This record gives sequence, C-alpha cells and structure tokens, in this order.
Amino acid sequence: MQAEKALFIVFAVIAVASALNILLQRNPLYSALSLIGTLLALSALYVMLRGQFIAALQIVVYAGAIMVLFVFVIMLLNQPKDQPQIEKQKGLRYLAIPLAGLMIAEMFYVLRPIHLSTLPADQSVGTTWSIGTALFTDYLLPFEVTSVLILMAVVGAMVLARREGD
Amino acid sequence: MEFHNEPLLAFIVLAPLVGAAILGLIGKNLGERLIGVIACSTVAVSALLSIYVFINHRVQLEQGHKFYNYLFTWIRVGSFRADTSLLLDSLSAIYILFITFVAFWIHVFATGYMRGDPGYWRFFAYMNLFMFSMLTLVLGDNFLMMFVGWEGVGLCSYLLIGYYFTKDFANDAAKKAFIVNRIGDFGFVLGVMLLFLQAGSIFYFDDPARGIHGAFNWVLSQHADPLNMSAIFSGGITTIGVLLFVGATGKSAQLPLYVWLPDAMAGPTPVSALIHAATMVTAGVYMVARASSIYTHAPAAMVIIAFIGAATALFAATIGLAQWDIKKVLAYSTISQLGYMFLACGVGAFGAGIFHVFTHAFFKALLFLGAGSVIIGMHHEQDMRRMGGLKKYMRVTCLTMLAGWLAISGFPLFSGFFSKDEILFRTFTSPVLPAPWSKILWFVAAVTALLTAIYMTRLIVLTFWGGERFKEAGAAHSSGHPAEGDAHSVTPHESPAAMVLPLVVLAAGAVLVGFLGIPDVLSFGKTSNYFEHLIAPSVHEASGHMNEGHSGGIELEDQHGVELSLMLTSTVVALVGLGLGWFWFKRNPLWKPPRLLEDKYYVDELYDGTVVQPIKAGSTNVLWKFIDVRIIDGAVNGAGQIASLFGTSLRYVQSGLARSYVAVLVLGALLIIGYFVIR
Amino acid sequence: MVPLSWYLGLSALLFTIGAVGVFIKRNAITIFLCIELMLNAVNLSFVSLSGFFGDVGGQLFVFIVMTVAAAEAAVGLAIIISIFRNRESLNVDEVDSLKL
Repeated sequence: MQAEKALFIVFAVIAVASALNILLQRNPLYSALSLIGTLLALSALYVMLRGQFIAALQIVVYAGAIMVLFVFVIMLLNQPKDQPQIEKQKGLRYLAIPLAGLMIAEMFYVLRPIHLSTLPADQSVGTTWSIGTALFTDYLLPFEVTSVLILMAVVGAMVLARREGD
Repeated sequence: MEFHNEPLLAFIVLAPLVGAAILGLIGKNLGERLIGVIACSTVAVSALLSIYVFINHRVQLEQGHKFYNYLFTWIRVGSFRADTSLLLDSLSAIYILFITFVAFWIHVFATGYMRGDPGYWRFFAYMNLFMFSMLTLVLGDNFLMMFVGWEGVGLCSYLLIGYYFTKDFANDAAKKAFIVNRIGDFGFVLGVMLLFLQAGSIFYFDDPARGIHGAFNWVLSQHADPLNMSAIFSGGITTIGVLLFVGATGKSAQLPLYVWLPDAMAGPTPVSALIHAATMVTAGVYMVARASSIYTHAPAAMVIIAFIGAATALFAATIGLAQWDIKKVLAYSTISQLGYMFLACGVGAFGAGIFHVFTHAFFKALLFLGAGSVIIGMHHEQDMRRMGGLKKYMRVTCLTMLAGWLAISGFPLFSGFFSKDEILFRTFTSPVLPAPWSKILWFVAAVTALLTAIYMTRLIVLTFWGGERFKEAGAAHSSGHPAEGDAHSVTPHESPAAMVLPLVVLAAGAVLVGFLGIPDVLSFGKTSNYFEHLIAPSVHEASGHMNEGHSGGIELEDQHGVELSLMLTSTVVALVGLGLGWFWFKRNPLWKPPRLLEDKYYVDELYDGTVVQPIKAGSTNVLWKFIDVRIIDGAVNGAGQIASLFGTSLRYVQSGLARSYVAVLVLGALLIIGYFVIR
Repeated sequence: MVPLSWYLGLSALLFTIGAVGVFIKRNAITIFLCIELMLNAVNLSFVSLSGFFGDVGGQLFVFIVMTVAAAEAAVGLAIIISIFRNRESLNVDEVDSLKL
C-alpha cells in the first residue's frame, strides 16, 4: 500500500515539476524536453493503473514520434534567442495565477465526493489482447475513421509545409 | 305596415357601378361616343327601373308599404348587425325617381359639354360611380348603408371637383370639400353610434322576416324630449338628432360648414349641376327626413335646424347678390335654397322640405346646365361682367333659363312657387317653434325670397340682356395686345343638340312638376296634394302637441284663410323682387355691391385664421418638428446609434490575439461549469 | 491503494498548468507543447477511470486521442512552419491581422 502511494507521489512530482518547467524555460527546445519528461512520468502512472499497453504506446508514439517531430521542427526554425519579443496585452500575464487558482479550486471541489480507492479484481483490462479485441469489434468505426484522419493529416501537412514552386 | 320583396332594387343601384367599372378599367381605349353611350345608358337603366318599380307598386307605396331587397348580412358582431339591403318606401321612391331622371339628362348634357377633353372616360367613370353611391345612400335600409353612400358621394365629389387636376385651385377646392365634409361626417358617425347605443339597432324599421328591430320603432316608443338646452347634451334622442344634423350641415352646405360649395364650382359644370345642386347636397335633407321620427321627438334639435336653415338661407342670398361669377351666384343660391329645405324640416313639415328638394332638383340643374351652355358658348368665360345681350345669340338657352329663373323666384304657377310657398306657410303655422319665432322665421324666409328673386333677375339680366360687354372686352384686349389671339372677341354661339335637349326637358320639368304638389286650398278640395299624400306614410310629421302652451298651431278652418293670404304675400314678394331686379340691373348692370358681401363676409378668411393656420402651425411646430423629428426619429436614430455604440466598444474584444481569446474561453468555461457546480 | 481522486487531482493540476501555459507563452511552438500537455492530462484521467471501473473503453479512447494528437501535431507544425516562412517570427502576438 504504502509503496504504491510512494511511487505515485514520486511520479506525480516528476510530472508536475516537468510541466512547470515547460512554462519556465525560455528556450522552446528545453520546454520540449521537459514535456518528454512529463510523458515518461505519466507512462509510469499508466502502468500502475493497469494500462500497460497504453503506457508502452505512450512512450513509443508520443514521446518517441510526436515529440521527435516537435524537436525537429524547433531545430528547423532556428530562432536566435535574443530578439526583442513583442508583447501585446501585457495584462494577460497577471491573469495566469488567478485563473489557475480558480480552475484548480473548481476541479478539486468537484473531486471531493469521490472515494473510490481500490482497483477491481479483474487484471485483464489493459492487456494487448483486450484492447485489440475491443478495437476490432466494438470500436471498429472510430478505428477506421482515425485512419482516414491520419491520411488527411499527412496530405495536409505536405501541402501546408511546402515551399512555393515545389 | 307590410313588408315585401323587390329584387329589382339591387339592379337600380348596381347599373351605374357596372358603368363605372367598365369605364374605369377600359374606358381609356374607347372612343368618346361609346363612353357617352355607356355612361348614359347605365343611368337610363336605373331611371327606367325606378319608374317601373314605382308604377308597379304605386298604390302600395301610397299606403305606406315597404319593399326590401336583402342581399347579405354584412356585419354581425355581438348585438350589432348591419346588412347590405335596400329599402323602397315612398320617400326613397321619390328620391330615386328624380335623381335618376335628372342625372340622366345631366349625363347627356355632359357628353356634349366635355367633348374633346382628354379625360372623358375618367369623368364619366366618376359620374357613374357617384350615381352608384347616391343610390346606395338613398336606398340603404340602415344607417351604415347610408353612411357608405354618404362617404361615396363625398369621395366622388372630391374626384370630380378636382377633375382638372392640373389646376391648383381645383385641387384645393376638392380638398376643402372633402375635409369640410369630413368634419360633418364626424358628427354623423357619432350620431349613429349614439343611436345604436340607445336603440340597439341601426336599421330604420323592423323586419320580422330577418329578425331585426328598427331604431325608429324604438324612438317612437319613447317620450319626446323636452324643449330645453339640457336636452341637447343629455345623450338622448335630441343629442342624436343634433349630431346627425352636424353631418347634414357638412354634406348639405349649411352654416357653418357651407364654405366648400362655392369653391366646388372649380369642377366642370355638369358636376356642379348633378352633385352640388340636385343630388349630393340634398342627401342631408334626405337624412333628416328619413330620421323624422327622431326629430319629432327632439324639439330642441328641430329648433336648431329651423334656425340654421333660415339663417343660412338669408346669409347665402345676401352673398349671392354680390358675386360676378355666374356659377358662384348659383352656388350661393343652392346654399340658400337648401336652407329653405332645412327650415321646412325644422318646423316639422318634412313633406314640404322634400317637395322643395324635388322641384329644386329640376330648376337648379336646369340653371346650372344653362350656365354651362352659356360658358361654352362664350368660350369658357364665366364672369358676368363680360357677358350681356346673349339672348340674341343663344335663344334656346335663354328661353330655358328664363323658365328656371321664374321657377326659383317663386313666380306663380311655376314649380318653385308651390314648394316655396308650402314651406313659408308651414313655417308661419309651425307647432314646433315658440309663438313669436315662427312668425319671425317666416319673415326671414320671405325676405330671402325677395333677395332670391332680385339676384336671380340680376343674373339673367346681366347675362342675356343689355349691352354686349364681351365685345368691349374683346376690343380692349385686341387693341392692347394685337399679337394675342383673343377668345373674347369671338361671337358667342348656341350649344349643340346634346346640350340643348336636356335644357328643354328640365325646363319642362321646372314648369310642370310643381303641379304634383298643389296644395288643397288651391284645388278647392277636388284633388288633394298628391305629393304630400305620397310621402306622408314615410315621414313622421310634427303633430300639434309638440309644444304645450307654446303652440303656434291654428285651428283647421282658419288654416285655409291663412294659407291663401300667405300665398298672396309671397306672390307679391316674388313680383316685387323680379320687378326691382329688372329695372335696377337693366339700368346699371355693373352696379358695385358692398365690399362685405362681395368678399363673402370674410368667412373663409376667418376660418383660415382661426382654424386652418393654427392647425398648420401646430402640425408643423409640434407634431412635425417636435414629435416626429425629435422624439420618433430620435428614438429610431437613437436605437441605431446605441447599436453602433455597442459595436464600437465591443470591437476591442476582437484583438486578433489568440492568447486573449484562449483566456476568455477558459474563463467563460470556468464560469459556466462553476454555475452548475454550485447548483 | 491510491485513491482515484488523487489521480484525477493530478490530471486537473496538469491540465491547469497546460491551460495557463497556452495564454502565458508567446512562442507558437511552446503553446503547442502546452496543448499537448493538456491532452495528456486528459489521457491520464481516462486511463485512471478505465482502470478503476474495469472498462477497456477508456484506454481505447486514449488510443484514439493519441492518434488524433499525432495528426494534429503534424498539421499544426506545418502551419507554424508556413507562418514562420512569411513572417520570420514565431511570436503569436505578431499574428493579429484578424483584429477589427
């Protein structure tokens, strides 16, 4: 019991700290790396929640492909750091803390009555086998539609990112 | 009282409407000849049907039977009911007979008079429409039908007065006529509404077949109102009578709403003959006679009518003496004669009043048409100062005008003599008025008769006798302006047959119709007064018990003596007037009348200053500049300005910055979710 | 055992951080990263609920979300690249041509 809670706290802290780091870094490259950190922490939490397949998927797809794409683009758009940054509506900066506070307060208020604390006995939820079965039977339509979506994204990305005359 | 059905009545009313529709829709493309034929034939159809119906039912009408023609129920709301249905009794029978007959000849005259005018079709379409409205007014069997016809003739009057719509003064005259009529109509409508309130119905008489009760039946079941001032304002029968009479003063040009009639002479002369002499202006008298049972129960109203009638008669006669335009003289003469008719109704002699309407239709239409003939013959000259000596050039017109002149002046044995005399006699012996007043009003009426003879003689003498002043006017013009083509210097000529024939027919009528109403006294008991006899069942004459203790009524045996002596007096008056006029105006035709009379007592100017200008000023400064511009436009513009103000201030929300959009989005989502969370 | 509310609370926290980041940062790519963070927070929510209720549908939904996030990242980065080519700057405050 205690081990589980300790593990949770460790990974939660890592996740939150990395998330905050995204905001605190000026260099977008460092922000991207912080996000990767968050993703890894979350992946660990997924394992604790019997979402093994999803955890693996998170690392392989999210952290391994999407974030790599982000890093590539950041490095492609090689921005010098010391340009004077134009900021309009400076007042928004001061809105951050109150808004954050309000959001957290509201969400925690909603979460108070939830007292569930034990995972159910069935351990087969997050396995590859169960996800695969569900994917190809109950959730076949979203699966197919998602593949079309990816096709559209590929085409769209190619069209949007090419230079004139390509 | 028995009720019968007479389906031909609808055709009498609708024939002119068909004519108006045809001419209005396709008249533009038809030739003048065809237009004239259509217009006259529809009126002829009405006339022939009227004659046929009358002959068919003559005996029953004399006995007081009524004939209905029910078309459909127009309005039925709660206890209020109004039908489109027609009623023929002796009163409406008399009216449709002379209306259609006189109108037919006027239409024939107009086919000649209006020849060459580009709006020929429009003229006759309006004239037929007018006939439809007038017949509706007369034949309707309830006050709403009468009002429909009432308004319809007002509309056609406006259209026809303003026929020469390119002339400003014609348009102004048309507007004046309509507006002044409207003022009277306001009183009329109030009267009808009050009648409905009191009697529960606006139908004239009961009709058991349709289950309706008549307003007059209710009135007859009531006690008569007393003769005092408070009765006028009490909301009872007297008030109804006074309000209805207000409408009559507008439509029939009595004091104070007569001012439109002289200006209405701006319309073509056949219009003046038909509408403003023979038919529309007599609608008021018809209404008063129809509502005779109301009036005999409202002595205060009758006194008012009698006084206004007599005053108007005298007033208008004095003005007519001073006018130079031939049509204006006849216009004021009409107002004066209408005064006589109302005087008759006011003293309780409704039959005599209607008889004068009947004879007046003939001789006044004759006089107007004759004036029209003169005007055409003089190439559209209307000022009598530039006429004179026309008897040599326009023989037939002159002869027929002489017939009309003698009739209106009350020369013995012509029609006007009988009708006017009847009125004078009944005024003198009226049981309605308190004793000295009946004699006073008789005196006023006699003086008016004198003035009538004088000014009509003036008209005849200036037009047909004396030096040929048009030649001098022509010479003066052509010597002064040799380059101008001058209409006045052309020789006057007699009018074509289409115009002369109606003159002859109407002249015959002016002479002969009087014999329909020979009073008993003259016929020495052999034939009673047919006209009185015919109309008696339809009008409720004043009885001798109107005025306890104040009766001017005299015992029957004395009546013959009084009547004969009064007849003699009016003969003398007429002859004196004729003689005076003849010798005075023969000698100095261009006698200058007093300024006051020539300028019509400045009544128009008075109305302009006290009513018209304040209303115009009020409308301009208060209603227009303040309420319309500031308040209403301000509100509308203000709404627009507020909207644009909102827009200008809300514009800043759309800054184009994604960041602020997101912030607002998040904030909004939080608030909405927060609302549900809290609940 | 770790209660469900802890997991959901963590998810809320991460989501808040992501949301605040979207309108704090001016660099377009950083904003995009924060959006990805928000998506992940929601993923955590799904997985935790799926685990506690034994329903595989939650995890399947995460599967779909990840796919969509990939597609969206691809297209979004393509747009950012083309904007960068036009303006030489990744500052979103400079992209305000749609203001009134």
